[in-house]
Amino acid sequence: MLTDPVFVVNQVFNGLSLASILLLAAIGLALSFGLMRVINMAHGEMLMLGGVTAYVVQSSPVSQDISLWLALPAAFITTALLGALLEITIIRWLYGRPLDTLLATWGVSLLLQQAVVLWQPFGVSFVAPGWLSGAVSIDGGALSGVTLPYVRLFVIAVSGLVITALLLLLRYTRLGLYVRAVNQDRAIAASLGVNTRVIDVSVFALGTGIAGLAGAALATISPITGVIGSSYIVNAFLVVIVGGVGSIWGAVLAALSLGFFTSFFESFYSVSYARVIILVLVILFLQFRPRGFVVTRSRALES
Amino acid sequence: MSKNASNALGFVIALLGFIGLFMAPSYLSSYNLSLLGRFLSFGILAVGFSLIWGYTGILSLGQGVFFALGGYAMAMHLVLVQADGALPGFMARSFRPRITELPWWWQPFESAWFAFAMVLILPTLAAALLGILVFWRRISGVYFALITQALVLAFTTLIVSQQTYTNGFNGLSNFTTLLGFDLTSNSVRRGLYIATVAALLVAWLAAQWLARSHFGKLLVAIRDGENRTRFLGYNPTPYKVVVFAIAGLFAGLGGAFFVLHAGIISPADVGVKPSIEMAVWVAFGGRESITGSVLGMVLGRFLAEDISSRFPAIWPMLLGAVFILVGTVLPRGLTGLFERLAVLLTRSPSSLASSDSVQEPFVTPVTASANTPSEVSHD
Repeated sequence: MLTDPVFVVNQVFNGLSLASILLLAAIGLALSFGLMRVINMAHGEMLMLGGVTAYVVQSSPVSQDISLWLALPAAFITTALLGALLEITIIRWLYGRPLDTLLATWGVSLLLQQAVVLWQPFGVSFVAPGWLSGAVSIDGGALSGVTLPYVRLFVIAVSGLVITALLLLLRYTRLGLYVRAVNQDRAIAASLGVNTRVIDVSVFALGTGIAGLAGAALATISPITGVIGSSYIVNAFLVVIVGGVGSIWGAVLAALSLGFFTSFFESFYSVSYARVIILVLVILFLQFRPRGFVVTRSRALES
Repeated sequence: MSKNASNALGFVIALLGFIGLFMAPSYLSSYNLSLLGRFLSFGILAVGFSLIWGYTGILSLGQGVFFALGGYAMAMHLVLVQADGALPGFMARSFRPRITELPWWWQPFESAWFAFAMVLILPTLAAALLGILVFWRRISGVYFALITQALVLAFTTLIVSQQTYTNGFNGLSNFTTLLGFDLTSNSVRRGLYIATVAALLVAWLAAQWLARSHFGKLLVAIRDGENRTRFLGYNPTPYKVVVFAIAGLFAGLGGAFFVLHAGIISPADVGVKPSIEMAVWVAFGGRESITGSVLGMVLGRFLAEDISSRFPAIWPMLLGAVFILVGTVLPRGLTGLFERLAVLLTRSPSSLASSDSVQEPFVTPVTASANTPSEVSHD
């Protein structure tokens, strides 16, 4: 099968499509884990709520062709605000207690899931605008039979743009400077006048907002149910582990690897075997690089 | 109340509780007895959970895997007894792939003693293997918790997909005989219940003994400062592997008893959600206390059984609230709450001086100044 160029191109495309969603779902986790050492188990529900926001926007009387352009920012803003709320009400009490954070945020995720399940037991769907229906099809030549749906290309483009914007934000803005400072040394940054509380809340909200954006983009591909977050979140955790703490490039590399491996193993074997093989590969990978792809070097004893 | 006194009190209360449990057949109906037996099976798992999380600081979100290994090992034997030499019904009916004879790895489970051995060996070995691979590379904390969650997801997905060999999502059920005993008869169910309480008692005593031993002290040292323990010359890895394997053993034993009481085991009993719920009930009871962990788990299973059947729409919300409550304001669970209450109730000037569980800012300087050189030089 690997000698068939059509098969290979299709699987690479599937892998890229999966990786782009994984990356958007995981980047917020990676950022806030790097900064605050907490993992938000309700992050998958931010993805779900982003999709729900997209559905709500489309249900309002706006023209279908522009609803997507309204849905994306609306999903970002809604979930970013929810993230800020979550940080202020629950998570900030839990710094230094990462394992308790897992339990508390899992509780939040149960509440959010059940609320949406009670409201929409069968989930909601978002109708992609007309210009997104269709696909790039190649006829003739060695690659005859390759189909690349526009919606998937769109999700890949959104993911690329978001990551580029994030990199620029961290590199060229004052907020980005502060975030990098707090990431390097929280105490020194604070003593030099950086308001670390504001940075924590902003980064957390930015991360949940990106997850919400991912949810809105995902809504163009698949229906959004109350529990859709749980089908992406475990792999998103693996992206954080494999990528390394708080590194964007690490997360990009990890999401691409996991996306490609998953796509190939799923086509060779099955979804269930793919999960097992991916987990075994992750554990083996950690034997060689226990701190992930990108290691933040530090003299601190306890990371 | 001093720490020793409260420990002794806890011990006495726990022993009284066990006497009450042993006498339960005389005051509970057969149905309720079986239900309690099912809850106590989770209690056996909770003993191990307290050792790894409360004592060693390792949070596993995948204990369902080890529970399932013990449970499925037991259930495989029971299914074969029921099939009586023929191919079990679900295998005969499956067609992807269609098989005509028992797979080789099912065959030894014809023997009850092999199955009993596997109930103990499989989960212990699996836990030890995972522990070696992960703890050796000093992967701990949140990373470890997330890896165990990925493990339980992969495990249950695999079971569900292997319809022919595991009966997939439906799990293994429909069995009535073990070692010639009829599992549906009341006297056998009573005996089974007593055996469950006895197993819980053995696990509880073993854990108490371990916790008080040198080994137990090292577990606490690892929890409170893994690097400091390393600097003192101890390698934490073997300790963590061993305690994780013990927790796996207890989880598997609990799983086997669960199958005997419930008559079924399926991926729905052991997946991502049931596994993290195990953690929250242990924390709810008080993970740093073995008795508290067991009580929290049994109470949690009772609530899950009772409320979720009566108010299925509200139950996940309540459960979510318990998670948030335990994570934020009750990290030491009900045990911690009672200890604080006991301290408040017994607080008096005389008890303050002897107490070592409360910080008294005005007592310590007095005792400290009595021994200072300046004080001595005045004499």
